[in-house]
Order: sequence, then C-alpha cells, then structure tokens
Amino acid sequence: MTETNMPDMPVTEDTETALITMADHIADVVDTMTVSCAVVRGEIELRVNPADIPQVLTLLRGDRQAAFNQLIDLTAVDYPEREARFDVVYLMLSMNNNMRMRLVAAVAEGQAIPSVTNLFLSANWAEREVWDMFGIFFSGHPDLRRLLTDYGFEGHPLRKDFPLTGHVEVRYDDTQRRVVNEPVHLVQEFRDFDFLSPWEGMQTQIAPDAPGHDDSEQKG
Amino acid sequence: MGIMDPAKAAPIPPGADQDAILRAVGDEITNRGFVIAKADKLFNWARSGSLWPMTFGLACCAVEMMHSAASRYDMDRYGMLFRPSPRQSDVMIVAGTLTNKMAPALRRVYDQMPEPRWVLSMGSCANGGGYYHYSYAVVRGCDRIVPVDVYVPGCPPTAEALIYGLLQLQKKIRRTATIARA
Repeated sequence: MTETNMPDMPVTEDTETALITMADHIADVVDTMTVSCAVVRGEIELRVNPADIPQVLTLLRGDRQAAFNQLIDLTAVDYPEREARFDVVYLMLSMNNNMRMRLVAAVAEGQAIPSVTNLFLSANWAEREVWDMFGIFFSGHPDLRRLLTDYGFEGHPLRKDFPLTGHVEVRYDDTQRRVVNEPVHLVQEFRDFDFLSPWEGMQTQIAPDAPGHDDSEQKG
Repeated sequence: MGIMDPAKAAPIPPGADQDAILRAVGDEITNRGFVIAKADKLFNWARSGSLWPMTFGLACCAVEMMHSAASRYDMDRYGMLFRPSPRQSDVMIVAGTLTNKMAPALRRVYDQMPEPRWVLSMGSCANGGGYYHYSYAVVRGCDRIVPVDVYVPGCPPTAEALIYGLLQLQKKIRRTATIARA
C-alpha cells in the first residue's frame, strides 16, 4: 500500500464494479423513493425521504439479490446550518454479498421519523440513543425514553449547539441529605486545546533552519 | 508494625530483645490472666490492620485496583479484602470516572457503610474530573459527593500507587485519636 491512498479504504477494481452494480440494482428496487444513490468512499450511500425509511428497508431486506438483512447501527449527524439539520444514518450489512450500505434520511428539527423497531429489533436502543443525543422523535417506537443521560436531563448533548459543560452539575447537599442539581459553575476557566498549545502542532511552527530542528532525524 | 520501642519510636527487630519482651507478656498473661494496653491504640491497630474496601470500580482504574488485589501485590497481606457489600466495608475506593447518573448511587453506598468509614479517591477522574472535567455528564471530583480521606493521583494510578495510598490511609488511621477528650 502506498502512502497516498492510506486514509481511504483499499477498493480494488472488482469490488468497485460490484458496488456500482449493486448501487444501480438498489436504485431500481427502491425506484421512485430514491433521492440519490451512489458509491461514496467505497460504500453505497442511498438517500431517501424519512417517511419512506420503513418501506425502503423492507424492500432491501426482502430483495433476493440485495439482501441487506442486518441493521448494524443507527445514528445521526447534526448539520446546524442546514434547513433539515439532521442526517439519520442506517448502517446496513448484506452477509450474502459481503457488502455494506448507508441509508441516509435528512430530518428537520421537530420532524418525526418512523421507527423501524418492528423490522429490526436492534433499532430499539439505537433509536432511544438517537432520541437522547439528538432529540429526533421516532414515531411508533414502543418505549422512547432517554438511554444514556441522567434522569431528568434536559437538552440533547450531541447537537452542535449544546454547550460542552451542559447546564447542571451535581453536588451532595448536607442539609437536604441528597444529591442535588445546580447550575454549572466552573471553578477553572474553560480551556480549548487548539494548535496554539505547545504540545500540539509544533511541526508546522518550527522554522526549518531553527536550532535543534533536523529533517533527517524526523524521517529516520 | 511489629513491637515498638517507645523510647526510640522504632520497631524492635526479631532476636533476643524481642523474645524477652514477648516472654514477659506471656508470663504476665499466665500469672495474672490479663495485659494492659491503650484502648485507642488497640482500636487503631485493629482498624488499620483489617481495612475491608468496598468493591466500587467505575472505569479503567478498577483494572489497576484488581491488579493491586491480585497475587503480585496482594492486598490480603495488609488484611485488605474486597467486600461485595457496603455493610461489611470500612473503606470505599472510588476507582474511575464518576458520572452524574452514578453520583446518587455512590452516595447511597457510602451512606450504607457503617462507621468508622474512609474514602480513597483513585485517579484523575475521581480526584477532579480529570480528562472529563468540562463534560456535561461527569462529576468534577468525587469529593463533591462524599468526604475523601486520601487522593491517589494518576491516570490510571499504578497498582503500587494505590497500595501506597492505602498505606497512607493506614498511617492516617493510626494517628487518629479514637477516644475524643473534652
């Protein structure tokens, strides 16, 4: 493997052709519901409208040639600048074809997306996590509670506009004899470790002719 | 601890001197049926010699805690054995990241421990939030929830560091006046 193609997945010509064939087949199966379907970074990416998700997944699971019958993970991405700010991503695996696929649906804030728990049981907790972290509502979910955050937590932490330190912190109150929630008060000022820190990114900061800087030493 | 020489404040090594003292104590018991010791010294000796830690592993620090209990460092040598119940424990080792959701549970376990009880905070996360100091979900130091006696620094602290912390706790217990005077 040469250095230039290191960041990308190694895609041989055969698999590339197979992926394109499969992408075309998927576009045929999903038919009019397709928004876009292409091979992106060595994986099939199918974009559909959120309302069509259950039907698309049923079609791709039932289709003999595609057979995407495993939901590996279900997650979301936040793009605050977009109109429909969230991308809900379904990562599918076809064991028969040894192929993976991303199914993506763009959802606006407050817009509901149909739950797929009746198609894939593994979607249950994944949808709960997406609800917890992004606040995307899944209609028809049997038990849409928060999964990870504290009881009574407010906000959705993985949204880009959620402050890192949150809104509340806990402390044991001796008079009330219980753990209480209070507004965050940082004793130490927030520090963002950026490239100005002497511990990061110094390679670009040191002049090539600076004393102690030796190109051959770094490469060796 | 061994037998201490009160004049020099140093242990008397095994040998003729130590044997003589032990024989004298033995004779005392055979002749009169009792010996005399300072009560608070005796209590502290017993407490520091049988510190039973509560098993409270929260994150990666718990792995180092297990190492210190396993055969290489062997906490049993100091009379420390992990208990699965707070009712049977004397010391709680907070080993790992304490999250907001876990905090009430930690406090409840602490409240269930009988007096006298001690808390040892293990690792950066338990000491002050550590790597997760600015996180929305992590308690910035377990001393916000329970009173801490000994802080062991490190991320994670080695098994040796934890043993050292526990020995420091023993030291602290030994110099505590058990019986308060007015």
